[in-house]
Amino acid sequence: MPTIRQVKIEPNATEVGQTPHTLGLNLGWSKTEQEAVERTLAKYPATQQRSAVIPLLHLAQRKCGGWLPVDAMQLVADTLSLPYIRVYEVATFYTMFNLQPVGTHHVQVCTNCACLIRGSDAIVSAVKHTTGVAHNGETSADGQFTLTEVECLGACVAAPMMQISIGTGGTHYYTHLTPEKTTEILTHLANGGDPAKYADTAPTAESDPIHNGKYGA
Amino acid sequence: MSTLPRLKPEDKCFPNLCGTADWGIKGYEQRGGYKGLKKLLQTPQTEHIEKLKQSGLRGRGGAGFPTGMKWSFMPQPKLDERGKPIPLAKPSYLVCNADEGEPGTCKDRDILRFDPHTLVEGMIVGCYTLNAKVGYIYVRGEYYDESSHLQQAINEAYKAGYLGKNILGTGVDCDIHVHLGAGAYICGEETALLESLEGKKGQPRLKPPFPAGFGLYGCPTTINNVETIAQVPPILKNPLEWFTRWGRPGNSGTKIFSISGSVHKPCNIEAPMSIPLRELIDEYCGGVIGGWENLQAIIPGGSSTPMLNAETASRVLMDFDALKAEGTGLGTAAVVVMNKQVDVLRVMTRIAAFYHHESCGQCTPCREGVGWVHRLMERLTHGEGTLAEIDQLYALTKKIEGRTICAFADGAMWPTQGTLKHFRHLIEERIKTKQPAA
Repeated sequence: MPTIRQVKIEPNATEVGQTPHTLGLNLGWSKTEQEAVERTLAKYPATQQRSAVIPLLHLAQRKCGGWLPVDAMQLVADTLSLPYIRVYEVATFYTMFNLQPVGTHHVQVCTNCACLIRGSDAIVSAVKHTTGVAHNGETSADGQFTLTEVECLGACVAAPMMQISIGTGGTHYYTHLTPEKTTEILTHLANGGDPAKYADTAPTAESDPIHNGKYGA
Repeated sequence: MSTLPRLKPEDKCFPNLCGTADWGIKGYEQRGGYKGLKKLLQTPQTEHIEKLKQSGLRGRGGAGFPTGMKWSFMPQPKLDERGKPIPLAKPSYLVCNADEGEPGTCKDRDILRFDPHTLVEGMIVGCYTLNAKVGYIYVRGEYYDESSHLQQAINEAYKAGYLGKNILGTGVDCDIHVHLGAGAYICGEETALLESLEGKKGQPRLKPPFPAGFGLYGCPTTINNVETIAQVPPILKNPLEWFTRWGRPGNSGTKIFSISGSVHKPCNIEAPMSIPLRELIDEYCGGVIGGWENLQAIIPGGSSTPMLNAETASRVLMDFDALKAEGTGLGTAAVVVMNKQVDVLRVMTRIAAFYHHESCGQCTPCREGVGWVHRLMERLTHGEGTLAEIDQLYALTKKIEGRTICAFADGAMWPTQGTLKHFRHLIEERIKTKQPAA
């Protein structure tokens, strides 16, 4: 189910047919986001702007701290002149789009075959123990961490591994994990440490895949 | 023990796969990259396609379709009476499939982060050969840092004049864009990838029409794996023999193998095709944990390919035809090793759960069937089923396989069939232990 942000709305306002607009939710892009939107749209033919749905959903999700409330999806729909459902159906189809709020750090532990063989059970336990999250999909009481068990993330030779998405920032891979190293990384992040410190691949400063650093002619 | 020499840097398509050298444009040019690109862009396209056909390069994304043949399906401009090419009615596209999601497979990730320029150069040559002005690289959304590297490589190539308008004065125009996915295994299927690139749910299309006739935006499109595209420039630049000397006929070249699981040193390694599986594991990965005698089973080509038992694994060659003859496949050459300490039934149940999660829900046999298979596997693994249910499970997989739009359901059923073939006795044992009356 899509989630509506905590706003003051009439108790019976969420009737069928209500749109975010009629609920008084009118999200807009900031100036830097608008520039990113234009760079994204420039990648696709002028008649095929719908191609930008997924990139813009990524941008909207970052804008909203790691998840997609209905007005964010409406914003993407309005930007591309699409019906809301065309954006909503895409947002529900793909795993990376969260329709419920997540913690500041979305901890995604791979538990598929290669990681399972190399001991992902212990990593999941370590995450639970360190963050206080009891079950898959839950967020810790302080809102810092959400734990999700995910499918193969494509770092099998570096198993076990996890991916941590920072709501308003990037996503990093943490590989060759042990329970001790997992706890160390999570403690580092909880104390506001630099997420890139333990990351397997350092991102480049100049090109951001979601904001689309400018390139080309 | 070793029968094949280790590849020297000059034999490799990806000399920096291990990531020790500079992955930027300077490092790539030092390794010989972009050298000879101008000449490639001045050679007639048909010559390139002919050479690719002769090289025997087969798609590295799993299906192993001959790349030269795939590229020959794309329309080439006809010449008018003065010998000038008549522009094609529709634009053509080259799309690179970097939606690497097959459990066990992680080769494209290392190409993207450690040698991204190999892919960029491949895209330039590919776009020229296929008359495409625009190429898209569809990278799985989780590869955030990796696509950042790729994007920087593209930026550098633009700056150096290898991309954009009139590349190196040859009159060839080419733009490459990175498109991030958002986490759906099915988008690795080529038509699902096109749907996703068009901004829709990633649900595969019926074929025909094939993408070479009706692909992205209804235009002629070729979709290739990262490794395939990146191997094209070295094949075209070097003498044919450089590539075809490796591997058996029909399986030529070098290939990246991703070896994970119960080995001492899991790694991505570029090695000759048709290398014996045992040599691959013993020579490059430090051997199976606990020794070769401790080997239980091996998945040879990513989770979709049926597993091999230890006996077959000790003699099989790693190429398309040899593995096909053993009833499995090379797939993406992602070798997952399981020794005797691994609960193989639990691993295979986890793989069944993966397919249950990733079915796109378009075709009924798959949408419903993968869930049934997963739940049955779950029960049987815990010794909770009946012996009759083992046969039922096998029959079920046979009823799902081959009855859907895309090959996802087939790939979802094969690992379960492989489990029943090799480890039926384990399931029976568990049922008998848990329910002595059964």
